[in-house]
Amino acid sequence: MAAPPLLARPVDHRRRRIDRVAEIAIAASALLTVTGIVLIFVFVFREAMPVLFDRDTRLEANLAKFFSPGGWQPVSDHPKYSFIPLLVGSLKATLVAVVTAVPIAVLAALYTAEFAPRAIRELLKPVVELLAGIPSVVLGFFALIVLASVLQAITGSPSRLNAFNAGLALGFSIIPVVYSVSEDALRAVPASYREASLALGASAWQTAFRVTLPAAWAGIFAAVMLGLGRAVGETMIVLMASGNAAITSWSAFDSIRTMSATIAAELAEVVVGSPHYSTLFFIGSLLFAITFVLNVAAGLMVERMRRRLAGA
Amino acid sequence: MHARSPRALFPLLALVLLLPVVAGCGGRDRAKSVTVKGSDTMVILGQKWADAYMKAHPGAVVAVTGGGSGTGIAQLINGTIDIAQSSRSMKDEEKAQAEKAGGAVEEHAVAKDGVTVYVHESNPLATITLDQLRGVYTGTITNWKELGGADKPIVVYSRENSSGTYVFFKEHVLGGADFVEHAQTLPGTAAVVNAVTKDPSGIGYGGIAYGAGIRHLGIVGPAGTAIEPNEATIADGTYPLSRPLYWYVAAKAPPAARELVTWVLSPEGQAHVKEVGYFPIR
Repeated sequence: MAAPPLLARPVDHRRRRIDRVAEIAIAASALLTVTGIVLIFVFVFREAMPVLFDRDTRLEANLAKFFSPGGWQPVSDHPKYSFIPLLVGSLKATLVAVVTAVPIAVLAALYTAEFAPRAIRELLKPVVELLAGIPSVVLGFFALIVLASVLQAITGSPSRLNAFNAGLALGFSIIPVVYSVSEDALRAVPASYREASLALGASAWQTAFRVTLPAAWAGIFAAVMLGLGRAVGETMIVLMASGNAAITSWSAFDSIRTMSATIAAELAEVVVGSPHYSTLFFIGSLLFAITFVLNVAAGLMVERMRRRLAGA
Repeated sequence: MHARSPRALFPLLALVLLLPVVAGCGGRDRAKSVTVKGSDTMVILGQKWADAYMKAHPGAVVAVTGGGSGTGIAQLINGTIDIAQSSRSMKDEEKAQAEKAGGAVEEHAVAKDGVTVYVHESNPLATITLDQLRGVYTGTITNWKELGGADKPIVVYSRENSSGTYVFFKEHVLGGADFVEHAQTLPGTAAVVNAVTKDPSGIGYGGIAYGAGIRHLGIVGPAGTAIEPNEATIADGTYPLSRPLYWYVAAKAPPAARELVTWVLSPEGQAHVKEVGYFPIR
């Protein structure tokens, strides 16, 4: 009778034990990450709770005040807690960033994916992605000292530090993510699409703009969402380059105060547990919610594109 | 795998439970070391004192960090530091919190600082009255020609509402009124100075210690004459915008902290104040 190989048993046993340890370590890391994120959110939201449920806090800071027009003057004899100027500020900076950065990033991605010779492509992509490694404080510093003066000389706007200045610097910070994700999306379009288009007599440009780009639109949309999420949450650049004046206006050349910069600027000095403190944490929860929705939307779009291309 | 995963949680759980224990170890020797924290305006001053004190008293350890007046006071209330540096006096709610947390807090004015008003060096204006300054910062005066300058809008620079300088300016110049909403708030006096150097129609305020590269305005106070900010006018209090800088010490602070406070208030300690651009208290 053929006995099972004697050597195999202990080896098998040992290997299984190593497997199991590795498995536990990996599961623990995953759990630790998720727990960390959940705990952060629980903490931020818990500190924000008084504006919803505490009677004394709500006398000074409540939802009705947050979302009705007015000013942002939390340190005052008559504190004003309107989020409207902050929301408008964040929106303006983000819009300027997206409007300037997305066309550049998507066209650059299209060039890299469709037209660039192999050597250039292999150089271009890592270099653009390297841009993501520039610390935002450096971009902010550049915008504060150099860009603001250049823009003021061109536009003649009275305030040096304004939404446009901050938005342009923010644009720099989101180009890498928009470019990188868009390029991946464009490259994921099957070669058969291009071949069919070229075979029908379309030029390379027609193929790129009318076939590849539309086929990858969901992925590019996801790239824009991720860029938006980064721009909304980015703090250092707007803190340094936007002037931080809580003005409600639609002019791109007025100073703005964004939600993220407000938290960064005020949290260090606030009286712990005061209505102002809870309000800042509420802004934090709001920012968390906004970026969460944007990231989930981006994830869904990528999934959708993958399924559509696979089904095609 | 599915059946096993709950057990995979145990090592993680153990780790999480252990973390606070590990973090709690390595406590410092509280008997000798004194921790000082607070106002960013006062960090340099505090470090100067710490250096000199440690040189004069071998074995003493004084650790000075910034973070802001409010941060320092909050940590003093929580009992995590011995001395809080602050460029504003403690708010009533903070005093109440301190008493609730089980300890009265002593206030010591340790130095004087002047809040100065800057304009671009090309600006023809030499003096400004307190009323005009209030008008500019509350938004009733928006053009330089109303102050006798050129016909161009005033770009107003201010500090973040987390700064002691902001609170001082609000109380002593604006009389508690709110800053105009188009006032651009910048992080740090150095940022305000930088903005004004680059902006011919700008006006800003901040500590005198940072005053290089721009022009200070003389302030016309209640006395009716313009007073330039300088050592003599700030020390004797004739300059309208001078302010005391404070140390807050817990009443139950260790002896090492008390000795440091006594030393800082002594002529020996006060001698170092001028070296960093502030003014001795007496």
